[in-house]
Amino acid sequence: MEIRQHEKEPVELKDDRVFTWPNLVVKEFLAAILVTIGLLFYSFYVDAPLSELSDPAHAENPAKAPWYFAGLQEQLVYFDPWYAGVVLPSIIVVGLILLPFLDNNPKGNGYFTFRERKFAIVVFISGYVFWYLLIYVGTALRGPFWTFFWPWQEWTHSFPTPAPLHNLPLPLGIALSIGFYTVGLVFPLFIKKGILFRNLGIIRYAITMGLLLTMIGTAGKMILRLVFNIKYVIATPWINI
Amino acid sequence: MEIPDLKKKLMDSVNEIWKTVFRHGFKDTPRNRALIIISNVWLHLHPAQVREHGTKIRFTWCMGGITFFVFLFELVTGILLMFYYTPDVNKAYADMADLMFVVPYGRLLRNSHRWAAHAMVITVSVHMLRVFLSGSYKVPRQFNWVVGVLLLLITFLLSFTGYLLPWDQLGYWAITVGMNMGRATPFLGYEGPFSHLLGVTINNDVRFALIGGTTIGAPALLRAYVWHCIAIPLIAAALMMVHFWRIRKDGGISGRL
Repeated sequence: MEIRQHEKEPVELKDDRVFTWPNLVVKEFLAAILVTIGLLFYSFYVDAPLSELSDPAHAENPAKAPWYFAGLQEQLVYFDPWYAGVVLPSIIVVGLILLPFLDNNPKGNGYFTFRERKFAIVVFISGYVFWYLLIYVGTALRGPFWTFFWPWQEWTHSFPTPAPLHNLPLPLGIALSIGFYTVGLVFPLFIKKGILFRNLGIIRYAITMGLLLTMIGTAGKMILRLVFNIKYVIATPWINI
Repeated sequence: MEIPDLKKKLMDSVNEIWKTVFRHGFKDTPRNRALIIISNVWLHLHPAQVREHGTKIRFTWCMGGITFFVFLFELVTGILLMFYYTPDVNKAYADMADLMFVVPYGRLLRNSHRWAAHAMVITVSVHMLRVFLSGSYKVPRQFNWVVGVLLLLITFLLSFTGYLLPWDQLGYWAITVGMNMGRATPFLGYEGPFSHLLGVTINNDVRFALIGGTTIGAPALLRAYVWHCIAIPLIAAALMMVHFWRIRKDGGISGRL
């Protein structure tokens, strides 16, 4: 600390502390200036999107949500709106809120480490990447009638008719779902002598695995739809999943 | 009266006025460095001293601070835009055209407001990633993570409500997509599962409450405007106060114990 060398006044700085002024404040001001310059430059050269006057009689095709919600809109291909647009985002928010209470690993508190908290980081990064992957597909790869186009393909209205979809028989669907969650809950008990269960305790384990399996299941349903043309795993008169 | 005498009197006066505004001297002393922070209402958001790693960009990525700054940027550009914008279906789009072609610097104003909104969604999510990867949500900071998640939602909602305001095709149909999901809410949306159990219909469900009608029209635009310009920013400000205050109360910037 250079200040100690040229000042006669006694300085009481605990452990690794430095004065906020100027050490931190100068970086904040610099960041603010750079962000302002960047925004103004970008805004000077690139116009914000503005399409023609709204017309309820003429739907946009494709009509897209803002990009940060396009991942949820992409889920509409695989799920009914009540799940894709309401229940799934609610589960994500609840999972995020619960995260600090579920992760009881005392290590890795306040510093970057992968080795000391592999499970937490792998799960979180998977979800993070999954979210942005869906956004990318929904924003960039979906054309008219929400048809999939690769980046090098031109958006056209003439594309082959999609293969017909079918539902799993109800008993099979229920058995598959229960089996998936059962296997998912039991399987980690045999990895490294069930260390995950022993670390988390029964309540944290149940909630963590419930959330994780729902995330995996959401991806799994997408695969069923894409590979086997399954529309609903569970089809009932009241609710379809 | 001699010249040196006058100069001293002048400097004394300047010093006296300076002292009424800033209660510390010019000299770069440790005492003044501390006073600059703790005697300034804005800067005393910070402690007078911070742990050195907390000033490193490789640790904080500066993303929380930049998100807050972009929010302030949105506040300033948003207020300026409000001078030129009328939340009326017959005027809104014409006001957009005015901003783009007539109002001095209107195009820059609107562009930067829109791009900063996108930037804020990105910076807030990168901030969340940083806080996660550095384990900064762990004891004793669990609650501040929860406040942060709410602020993430607030950011989405701010951006989403602003999307309808230009009253163009893009915004109109984006909100339509959103509201089609709203009406499918279980129990509370008229097309959602089990909604008939609560007697929910097209004119009393959650979508009706959000857009003030059964179709997206004038009431929807006004509601989006009021939420966007008044209600959600106030909620955001309240949550940010808690968020920043709790950083201090939870022991400052996270780090190795």
